[in-house]
Amino acid sequence: MGIEQTHYQSVNENQCGMCMPLGAILAFKGVEGSMAIIHGSQGCSTYMRRHIAEHFNEPIDVASSSLNEKGTIYGGEASLKKGLDNSIKIYNPKVVGVLTTCLAETIGEDIDRIAADYLEERGLEGLLVVTVSTPGYGYTHFEGYFLAVKRIIAALVRKTVKHKGINVIVPNISPADIREIKRILKMMKASYILLPDFSDTLDRAFERPYRKVPAGGTKLADIAGMAGAQATIQMGVTVDEAISPGKYLETEFGVPLYNVPVPIGLENTDLFINLLKQLTGNMVPGELERERGRLLDCMIDSHKHNAQGKCVIFGEQENVYAIACTCLENGITPVVTATGGRGGKLTGLLKARLADAGCGNAQILCETDFSRIREKSRKWEANIAIGHSGGRYLTEREGIPLVRYGFPIHDRVGGQRLLSVGYTGTAMLLDRITNTLLENKYKNYRKNIYRQFYDGTLKPAGGC
Amino acid sequence: MKAVDLLELPVEERRDFIHAKGKQKPALKCDTDSIAGVVSQRACVYCGARVVLNPVTDAVHLVHGPIGCASYTWDIRGALSSGSDLYRFSFSTDLKEHDVIFGGEKKLALAIDELVIKYHPKLVFVYSTCIVGVIGDDLEMVCRVAARKHGIEVIPVQSSGFAGNKSAGYRAACDALLRLIGPKNKQEIEKRKSINYLGDFNLAGEVWIIKSYLRQMGIDMNVAFTGDSSYEALKTAATASLNIVQCSGSMFYMAGKMEQIYGIPYINVSFLGVEDTAESLRKIARFFGDLEIMRKTEELIKRETAAVGDIIRGYREKLQGKKAAVYVGGGFKAISLIKQFREIGIDVVMIGTQTGRREEYETINDLVDEGTVILDDANPAELEQFIMKKGAHLLVGGVKERPLAYKLGIAFIDHNHDRKHPLSGFVGAVNFAGEVYSTVCSPVWRYTRTPVVATGYLAGMAGRNETGTA
Repeated sequence: MGIEQTHYQSVNENQCGMCMPLGAILAFKGVEGSMAIIHGSQGCSTYMRRHIAEHFNEPIDVASSSLNEKGTIYGGEASLKKGLDNSIKIYNPKVVGVLTTCLAETIGEDIDRIAADYLEERGLEGLLVVTVSTPGYGYTHFEGYFLAVKRIIAALVRKTVKHKGINVIVPNISPADIREIKRILKMMKASYILLPDFSDTLDRAFERPYRKVPAGGTKLADIAGMAGAQATIQMGVTVDEAISPGKYLETEFGVPLYNVPVPIGLENTDLFINLLKQLTGNMVPGELERERGRLLDCMIDSHKHNAQGKCVIFGEQENVYAIACTCLENGITPVVTATGGRGGKLTGLLKARLADAGCGNAQILCETDFSRIREKSRKWEANIAIGHSGGRYLTEREGIPLVRYGFPIHDRVGGQRLLSVGYTGTAMLLDRITNTLLENKYKNYRKNIYRQFYDGTLKPAGGC
Repeated sequence: MKAVDLLELPVEERRDFIHAKGKQKPALKCDTDSIAGVVSQRACVYCGARVVLNPVTDAVHLVHGPIGCASYTWDIRGALSSGSDLYRFSFSTDLKEHDVIFGGEKKLALAIDELVIKYHPKLVFVYSTCIVGVIGDDLEMVCRVAARKHGIEVIPVQSSGFAGNKSAGYRAACDALLRLIGPKNKQEIEKRKSINYLGDFNLAGEVWIIKSYLRQMGIDMNVAFTGDSSYEALKTAATASLNIVQCSGSMFYMAGKMEQIYGIPYINVSFLGVEDTAESLRKIARFFGDLEIMRKTEELIKRETAAVGDIIRGYREKLQGKKAAVYVGGGFKAISLIKQFREIGIDVVMIGTQTGRREEYETINDLVDEGTVILDDANPAELEQFIMKKGAHLLVGGVKERPLAYKLGIAFIDHNHDRKHPLSGFVGAVNFAGEVYSTVCSPVWRYTRTPVVATGYLAGMAGRNETGTA
């Protein structure tokens, strides 16, 4: 097995990750009535807005303190306060997320102190301001996301009486996926608090009149009550404890934490639903059992096609893990699994799974880039890629077809509507994967067989 | 036209940047820093520099900074190449906390070494980002040493994000290009009857379209800044006898400098719309004062105008009376769009730019109708406010503006750097009109009334038609 935990080169070539504040923005978009402001130069917020808007096809309004030269030299406090004034005036939010950037961190801005002073000076004690330190040179957007969720909980949660509710913390999955998880929770008659819930805010229905701050998001009162929940289910098996929201709730308020993988794949979905069964004491309804049966049927129908698959999986570590599990249970060999982030517990978890499945040559790459992913994919003859639209580079340069999954998807529409979780979502994802293998097969098999056996220009090992 | 109430601005400081055309001449505030917290649509200095230099096809574009700056700009533009595609790769020194504390110079030097070994470029652009400006890496020194070591050109681009706005990035890019061309005294400049084309980035092959027009007129295009340009071609820039400048926002500084240093005169052109295209081609022909060129130019204009005239007239019939809102990057584009919309029967009721200059806003004011809202450095709240108040049927903008238009239930035109279809020249004018028609007259707008009402066939069955459409 090949494992690369760090990037040894001095150049990152064609990036497979984004920066920390972007992840934090996504987390805030899942909180009711929230607005985020980025303390840094004007470009940071604009680039991130563009990157997010193009994936979700939604207006993404994020304020900036628009730090200029003067602010950089003499401190950006005045800019940040003015930025807060103006964004509050325009958006009238219930919660404001103050996120830092490379620039703010390098010049040593104390955002906690500035935020506290601001609220006192303006007499806005009722407004909630959540600060998150997200230097772009720190970690990737994955860590920014979880850290922001943790900070949101820490700022809003209140000690409360115990209740039957279950906290459900989701990673950066699609709005359609969040809706599906909520549907499953309802089917299991679970009372829940799901955070961050951007199923409506980042996938709005067309409505009039237009609202600057979209309806939806996890309710503030619900977040406040997370301390009294009977348990936390966190879809975050790879998440480091330092940034784990579930760990925070366990340590501070004694809420038992169950870390589970994102429920993609039969095993992972079983795990999630069994856990719900255990926590709620409710039976799995017949309808959900039938959905499971349909997924099984789908897996059986496709298994021989899937056996041809040698995949390269890339993206956010938590999603990469779930997809790798799904591939393994369907006989698709993950020859390369990669993430641009540090990977957290990903390598440890994957190593065991891959070894168990007999994938001796599997490559696990952390803190990597697409140059490296390309090189390894070529070497280990990947014939299908699964990940965000950065993978179009693998298609263009190596002819490896791409199944679009994750964030961001910029070259196709509907990233926000892609359903991949639960039994039904897994079946839809699996069909997308199998059909991509089939499409490639139909495109090439006549030519390949001709070249293998008629004119002998292709080595038989090339397969058809 | 209905007067717009400008009294309802949530942020008073923005008032000076907004004007409704009236009897008084405006003194619109522009070309200054964005106001914190209002959600400006502008990016930063780095963005400006990256936009201008990105289409230099065979250069290594190395972003010295944290991962994000490179990641958000990896191959996002529609600039095409006839040669190398190295420019589509995104290189970053991926600065981490350690580098911020101890400095990134060493890493940068190693990065250049690695890239030179792997790709053998003749030219490397090194972009500085916010933190590089703060931690004080000596970019000049690292680039100088690397250039000497490898015998190639390594040019620093001073584009720290906080040091001004997007326009400052344009200037940083132009300074880098001027360094590449080199001082006059080192060159034996022999002027040729060829022109440089400034301010076209060969989006969807637009440089190629203009190049073919010039060829038909009997004029050579020397090099474009910077669409489909290369190291070798840019090096010859000083030999041209004329610069034509399209995107004046990014290139007026460059054109001025080239006139000053190399004595190359320049004229402003625009190839957006039939009228501007024809007028620009005539302007170029007149410069050379060659009767043969002028004759060929008139022939070309006649032929092309005839070919597109009926098509555009057809669209105009369908679009007559519609109202457009425009929010684009630079002033030249805004000015041309007013005229181009008029060609297809549409009035511009709101118009703004990210980086327009005073003179450009004056021209805009002269061109638009009474009551049209003109604004600099707008934000989503203002765009929404004025689009709704003025009853615009479509918005022209970029990726960030598109979802806002759609959520407001109006049509949208992509006039940005990632588009995949040309909007320049006569062919572009047809594309533009076709795009406007496809979005303004799309059947989807029949259904944007909520909540559920019977439309189309069922409405007909019930003997009434609530949507007002057949």
